[in-house]
Amino acid sequence: MNNTNVIQAEGLTKMFGDFTAVNAITFEVKKGEIFGFLGANGAGKTTAIKMLIGISNPTSGQAHVAGFDVSTQAEDIKKNIGYMSQKFALYDDLTVKENITFFGGIYGLTKIKIKEKTKELIEDLGLEEVANQLVGSLPLGWKQKISFSVALLHEPKIVFLDEPTGGVDPITRRQFWEMIYRAAHQGTTIFVTTHYMDEAEYCDRVSIMVNGKIEALDTPKELKKQFQVDSMNDVFLKLARG
Amino acid sequence: MKRFIGFITKEFYHIFRDRRSLFILFGMPIVQILLFGFAITNEINNVDIAILDHSKDATTKEIINKISASKYFSIKQLIEREDDIEAVFKKGKVKAVLNFEKDFSKNLVKDHKATVQIITDATDPNTANTISNYVSSILQKYQQEQNKAIKINYIIVPQPRMVYNPELKSVYMFVPGVMTIILMLVSAMMTSISITREKELGTMEILLVSPIKPFQVIIGKVFPYIFLSIINAIVIVLLSIFIFKMPVQGSLFLLGVESVLFIISALALGILISTISATQQTAMMISLMGLMLPVILLSGFIFPISSMPLPLQIISNAIPAKWFIIILKGIMLKGVGLQFIWKETLILLGMTVFFIGLSVKKYKIRLE
Repeated sequence: MNNTNVIQAEGLTKMFGDFTAVNAITFEVKKGEIFGFLGANGAGKTTAIKMLIGISNPTSGQAHVAGFDVSTQAEDIKKNIGYMSQKFALYDDLTVKENITFFGGIYGLTKIKIKEKTKELIEDLGLEEVANQLVGSLPLGWKQKISFSVALLHEPKIVFLDEPTGGVDPITRRQFWEMIYRAAHQGTTIFVTTHYMDEAEYCDRVSIMVNGKIEALDTPKELKKQFQVDSMNDVFLKLARG
Repeated sequence: MKRFIGFITKEFYHIFRDRRSLFILFGMPIVQILLFGFAITNEINNVDIAILDHSKDATTKEIINKISASKYFSIKQLIEREDDIEAVFKKGKVKAVLNFEKDFSKNLVKDHKATVQIITDATDPNTANTISNYVSSILQKYQQEQNKAIKINYIIVPQPRMVYNPELKSVYMFVPGVMTIILMLVSAMMTSISITREKELGTMEILLVSPIKPFQVIIGKVFPYIFLSIINAIVIVLLSIFIFKMPVQGSLFLLGVESVLFIISALALGILISTISATQQTAMMISLMGLMLPVILLSGFIFPISSMPLPLQIISNAIPAKWFIIILKGIMLKGVGLQFIWKETLILLGMTVFFIGLSVKKYKIRLE
């Protein structure tokens, strides 16, 4: 296995009865890369992610994440990854600080480390005023940023973002991608699914899933060239229409 | 361990910041026990009755005095005509009318027999029945007193003695029942709701992706409720001792141990419910319909199991609450030790183990 590959999947397959949700996908993601994982609804993205983050066992094939096997070393994987879902799941009835403390705690961070991180995060995001407010009272865009920062709390090697920008406005989306760039710049690998094709343009490399298979995988530039179109949107439409 | 404490802290924040769960946890038990204790009662006290006395002689006067002297009845009205009977019932003023026949004393002397009709308002059948029994027993007592002088060949004297609850206080029956309901409600419903809430909000997914283990999540979620349920049980027992003067005859320690066992079985049921429901609403509906109703109807709390049709009697065996109520009544009212309730305890223990096993298995399947 190549050391610079933090995710490596070979023939990864998940079947539910007769239905093949993920059909023998093979790909790798390099350290520090922003990897876009695209596909229509029901293409199998979420199932694939679930296998990679160790909460669903593959039917066949294998994958290594952060150097650990997804089928046998799920617990080791969990310590090395961060995860943010499309629901920006934070506890609404806890304050910003309490949320940070809680999530830091379940990742086994020490008290001192949690304090340090809390201070850093609140300063970075400019949350001084609302640090002691309940998360439920904050706007969606803020929740999203906090949620992302919380996923990075334990300094994971890879962060999985499952449609992280759903429901937020374009300006906030742009700010969010700036945060992603910053994290990637610091060496964190980003694995992101999205519906927005303009976001696909921001990725280093993009894979497009159609009916459980990866139909295209390359840099946005190469993909556009390959399909002879001007935007990722058109690439996606060409592929999805078959 | 540090993770665990952090988790429980979070769980207490959830509980104490949600007024609704606070009310269910602490308001409900007190309200229920007071309601059942004071308002809902099977006893009759100061029931208003009317008298229609056609003879107005010494004997009827004496009987009427006896009846009005008892604490069960108060004579609200004296009526003169048969036609008035229906009228007083319709007005709803009285629950019963005693109709003494004409020449009551004379008939007694002449025929050794006289009739008094007890007419009761049976729109409430239980009360009607009780009234008629009470009146009959007052009459019988009077008759015995009168017959003392006369020598009869034999006489059968029933001597009823109500043991364990000599004053027939209904609160004695309600306290174990309400305690069972409350513990079931708090433990099963609240845990199932709190677990499904995490699923609904998506935080469960985050927790499963974190290094914290699924069983740690579950234990962290149920632990606060074990603690709160125990507090509830203590509050209920204190209320019943100090407000309703219902003493606990048996060992408080045994009572505590059995309660914890029941709490754990209810928690396991709660976890089981949370594995099959996707939303808090579903969890609540299943808890209410699937747990509360059987607990109220089939546990023997209100309706005696022995008078149910056979299929229901069989079903009632599958309800943990039934066994817990038997245990509670045994310890609280009869003061028995483990040697008399080991069978029920064992059944409850078996059910608890079964529910825990089942929910662990279900939970694993869901993770798959």
